[in-house]
Amino acid sequence: MKLDVARIRKDFPILEQTVADRRLVYLDSASSSQKPRVVLDAMTDYYETTHANVHRGVYGLAVEATERYEGARDRVARFIGAPSSRGIVFTKNVTEAINLVAHAWGRTNLGPGDAVLLSEIEHHANLVPWLMLAEERGVELRYLPMADDYSLDLSDLDRLVDGVKLVAVTAMSNVLGTLTPVRRLADAAHAAGALCLVDGAQYVPHLPTDVTELGCDFLGFTAHKLCGPTGIGVLWAREELLEAMPPFLGGGEMIRDVRLDGFTPNEIPWRFEAGTMPIAEAIGLGAALDYLDGLGMEAVREHEVSLTGYALRHLTERFGDELTIHGPAEPSARGGVLSLALRDVHPHDVSQVLDQDGVCVRAGHHCAKPLMRRLGVGATARASLYVYNDTDDVDALADSLGSASDFFAL
Amino acid sequence: MPGLEDLYREIILDHYRNPRNRGELDAPPAHRVEGFNPLCGDEIIVYLDVDSDRIADIRIAGQGCSISQSSASMMSSAVKGRTTEEARAVTRAFKAMMSIHESSLDGEPDGLVGGADGSGGGDGDVKLGDLEALRGVVKFPVRIKCATLSWNTLAQGLDEATEPV
Repeated sequence: MKLDVARIRKDFPILEQTVADRRLVYLDSASSSQKPRVVLDAMTDYYETTHANVHRGVYGLAVEATERYEGARDRVARFIGAPSSRGIVFTKNVTEAINLVAHAWGRTNLGPGDAVLLSEIEHHANLVPWLMLAEERGVELRYLPMADDYSLDLSDLDRLVDGVKLVAVTAMSNVLGTLTPVRRLADAAHAAGALCLVDGAQYVPHLPTDVTELGCDFLGFTAHKLCGPTGIGVLWAREELLEAMPPFLGGGEMIRDVRLDGFTPNEIPWRFEAGTMPIAEAIGLGAALDYLDGLGMEAVREHEVSLTGYALRHLTERFGDELTIHGPAEPSARGGVLSLALRDVHPHDVSQVLDQDGVCVRAGHHCAKPLMRRLGVGATARASLYVYNDTDDVDALADSLGSASDFFAL
Repeated sequence: MPGLEDLYREIILDHYRNPRNRGELDAPPAHRVEGFNPLCGDEIIVYLDVDSDRIADIRIAGQGCSISQSSASMMSSAVKGRTTEEARAVTRAFKAMMSIHESSLDGEPDGLVGGADGSGGGDGDVKLGDLEALRGVVKFPVRIKCATLSWNTLAQGLDEATEPV
């Protein structure tokens, strides 16, 4: 099924607005996607009809709120092909999901002399928690390098993975769009006796996801990049791993018993959900997954490959050597993330001109400073595509880049 | 909505294309100070040669957007040859201009800032000259940090260069 973008656009209230009498061209979904009305309605309906704290009261509202919150957990499990919802932990975002693993699993299993294999194309969220652990415990960090075609260079994988306890990689680069060979990396990790963590922040919103097929042990992703609300993310982990992990944050909900001289932690997954959780956001996340499944994730992927191909072709034809696109040339090897460098015009200046035309792109280092250094740039202007974007948006981007090119011509 | 011409005045683009005092000084004897804008990755390096309380020479290195680069270039021209006290006064006046609330922009007399709201601390007679061109940046709040990066770096360098031994 092909996506009907004109119909999809009507589902997103924010896209009705105009900027300078032109339609809003939102090309920053890799930062945060827009929200369809069904997600907003689900959250409002919850607050208007059902809200009470979960897992607490015996009264009707509290029971119903708990059912809806736990229903969202089941919904997440179905969306990523998890064997059961006991492996689904709600977090604030991917950053917290990875920090949870670094604290609860890392501090139990990693010490001086242990190693973690990362890659040099990671987002800071999958670098800094491990750098903190390296500083604190003397854990060795190794990095898979990026090849010149923007893929991960696996030529030295056997040597790098040897002796590590964890391989932690992104499934899709938020700067390059590169899809990484997660299955191969997970298999290599397991063959080396290590576990595999996948940062799915950019992958899960855009491709059909099945944790069994990916073969990983931990997967983190966030709701606000897949049509859901901010403030809620997910850590999926194999249940036996969660069972063996101590709590991350301490407080209410995560305990079974508290005495003045100690405590007994709760069962999984609630052991990792301290304090009152973002209940409405969990329900909004569930509604977002319903929405995406309604479109069909295969269709979403097909749409983005096609639109990314269009964008790569048209931008290259129009700007030639004036425009560098940092990322794989082949649409099937990448997601719809286009990191652009227009001559030597600074990305801030490019995006300032684009903003005048209502074209929203992200300018900066995209929380991936080691990768920016590898690319030899301080920043890029990044346009990213999603279900509500079409060729008109890409054409508007191209026209606006043309204006920027003219404005900053020497 | 403010237009591009409010931000990118011709003199700004001139400093961006032909930056003044670009380069490095041997440090030491010169003072070398780095400034970063963690949000956008802009970085600037200011080299200061302070000779008996006067900025004998200044050089700017690093990379960034047209606003941060032109502001650094104008800053270097404005303070080169001045005493450290004069340089501090210009810095205060420039930063006061960058903190003016947007609604008070209209009717602001050209060439004179500071003093009126107390934040200028008696720098009311400081003439900003070409630096006035950067006034429009205030209408684009996310870019203010670009314009002030080199000045904050200069202020840090002046503090270091004039520390009592």
